[in-house]
This record gives sequence, structure tokens and C-alpha cells, in this order.
Amino acid sequence: MKPAPFEYFRPGSLDEALALLAEREDAKPLAGGQSLVPMLNFRLARPSALVDLGAIEELRGIRIEGGTLVVGAMTPQWELEHSPHAFPLLREALGFVGHTATRCRGTVGGSLVHADPTAELPVCALALGAELVTSRRTLPAERFFLSVFTTALEPGELLVEVHFPAPPGPSAFVEHAHRHGDFAVVCVARAGDRIALGGVAATPVLWDGGELEPVGDLFAPADYKREIARALIERARAA
Amino acid sequence: MIDVAVTVNGTRHERRVEPRLLLSDFLRHELSLYGTHVGCEHGVCGACTVLLDGRPARSCLTLAAQADGRAIHTVESLADGGRLHPLQQAFHEHFGLQCGFCTPGILITAAFFLEQHPDPTEAEVRAELAGHLCRCTGYAPIVDSILAAAAALRR
Repeated sequence: MKPAPFEYFRPGSLDEALALLAEREDAKPLAGGQSLVPMLNFRLARPSALVDLGAIEELRGIRIEGGTLVVGAMTPQWELEHSPHAFPLLREALGFVGHTATRCRGTVGGSLVHADPTAELPVCALALGAELVTSRRTLPAERFFLSVFTTALEPGELLVEVHFPAPPGPSAFVEHAHRHGDFAVVCVARAGDRIALGGVAATPVLWDGGELEPVGDLFAPADYKREIARALIERARAA
Repeated sequence: MIDVAVTVNGTRHERRVEPRLLLSDFLRHELSLYGTHVGCEHGVCGACTVLLDGRPARSCLTLAAQADGRAIHTVESLADGGRLHPLQQAFHEHFGLQCGFCTPGILITAAFFLEQHPDPTEAEVRAELAGHLCRCTGYAPIVDSILAAAAALRR
């Protein structure tokens, strides 16, 4: 349960970080480390080098730009949760993300890029129609999440900031997990008429108003998830 | 090897360490601060929780290198000489620990939690404790201890 050896870099700017990643093919960027470090400890991940993004000030911060909430990728989840700028939808959702200690270290960008299919922030990003600004381009949330732990980011490309538009109507975040702070069985984010679900497929999905066909897992078979999702959608729509 | 300088419980320490050294092992093996317990080493049990610049962090999910230049507080910082912190006193009085393995992490989490929520409900305490595994107590005496400490700290 100790990481395999790696080189460690702590660049002070985004440009330096991109250069370090470009030079080393299997280097991994390190954000808050709340998903990557467990994988290092288990040796499921064995990168030759880590590029720690923790000292890059330009990747942090929360601001409002013309009604849109702009969050730097390296902003800790706990800071967004407690920011007066954060929409209630995001504050509610962040309350379900792990525990206080992991939210203090874990970052908004790290959670989006990790792309766990049950994670709360990707579901919010999809419901809100967020735009993800990378070191190369801007991607809508609809095209960012490709599969389990897989995003549209290319090798050497880093997420820089996320633009969350304000919800166009009532919003809500509801979740069912086996224990508070566990990975969601199903979670639902509503932003106006848009409803997004997590935990039912390889990526967060927008609900089209039709019958759900969730993918079951070891702890929650598909039928069970369908019932949970139906109940959570009803609850979110009543908000 | 990389150089790491940290302030732990008010004392500055400098060490040259491997980049892969976890903060939990740095505290225990380099600084001989054995109060921080190592349970699961993947961020689930909460036993190794410390304060990093005043905020709780799983020390097993933090590299010592990431703590460079920062201030850390471990469970050893809570008592004032021979005088227990109100949280420790409450855990003592309300049987909030049995084997004590999970206790350091819970005390650190609870200290931060009570700073943020001086008058918490039982439900809020239970939600916060979800980040910590205790296999002895069944949690009820831990909840009692934290609520009693909250009352003591408010006085």
C-alpha cells in the first residue's frame, strides 16, 4: 500500500506544467489527489512522474462573469461549497461529494476530469450545460464525458476552468447512496427543464423524459436503480 | 529525493525524502509523531486525518512533498500540556473510544467541524462522522462525546 517510485514536479505556472507533461509521455497531472493517490497507493497507477498542479495560482479561484460562474480547475471543492457565488445546486451537490477532509483537498477540476460515472460534479456540469475550458479548447459538458474515467481530454491537455451558467429555473440535487459520503447509487441534478443523472450509465446522461435503462452493478441491479432514479427524478421535479 | 520543510504543531522540520512518501508516513517515521494512525491507506477510514493549513486532510492521500511550506496540526496538538482539549475530555467522560485506533482522526475532524458548526444537531454530527470508521463503539458514544464537547466549547 505504498506508491511505486516516481519523479515529482511542482511547477508554478500552467505553461511550465504543460511543458513537463509534454516531455514525459506517462507523467500524470496531480490535482487534489483524492482519487489518484489511492490508485498510486494500490499501484493501480504507476506513472513515471507526477506534475503537481497545486502551486499554480492561475488555476484557482471563483468569480462571476456576466451571470456565469467561473471556477478554476484547481479550486478545492470545499471552497466552492462555501462560496457565496456558488449556485444552491452546486452547494447541495458538493455536500454529497466524499467527506469534509476529501473536499478540502479534492478539486472541482479533478472531479470532472476523473469522470467517475457516479460523481456529483459531472452530473451538475451536464445539467447546467457547463463549458469546460482546457489548455487547447472549450468543450461543452455534453462532449466532455466519453466513458467510465474517460474524458475528451487528450494527453498533455489540462482543464483550466469551468463555466457554469446559472440555472434557468428551479434547481435541485438529490442522491441515494448506501451511506452518506459513499459513491452514489443514483444521483439527479435538475437545472430548469434539464435533468441529468449519474450512476445509471458509463457517463452522466441527460434524461429525455422516457423510460430509463440503467446499467446495474454489484451492489445495485438495474431494476433497483430504475426505481431509485424514477423516485429521485420525481423529487427533483417537485423542487 | 526532494527537500520538504513543514511546520508541525508549531515546530519547523526539514527533511530530504522520496517523492512517494505519504504525509502519514512522514509524520510517523520521520517525525516520530505516532498519534496519527494509519488504517486503510486509501482514504476510506479517516484514522490518519490531520489539519493541513487549518483544514482536515487525509494524510494517507497527501504526499509529504505536497505539504512543503505548509502548517500541519496532528492530534498531539490538541491537549495543552497535561490539560485535555474539551473534545478529548468529552470522549473520556462519554466513553467515546474503546480501542482508540480511529480516535485521532475523529478528534481532528470534530475539532474543525465544531469550529464551523458550534451548535450542531445530532444529524449533522452523524453525517460528519460518515467519513470515519469505528469498529468498536457503534458510534453512539462518539456522537454523545462530540455533542457534549460542543456544549462545553460554547460555555
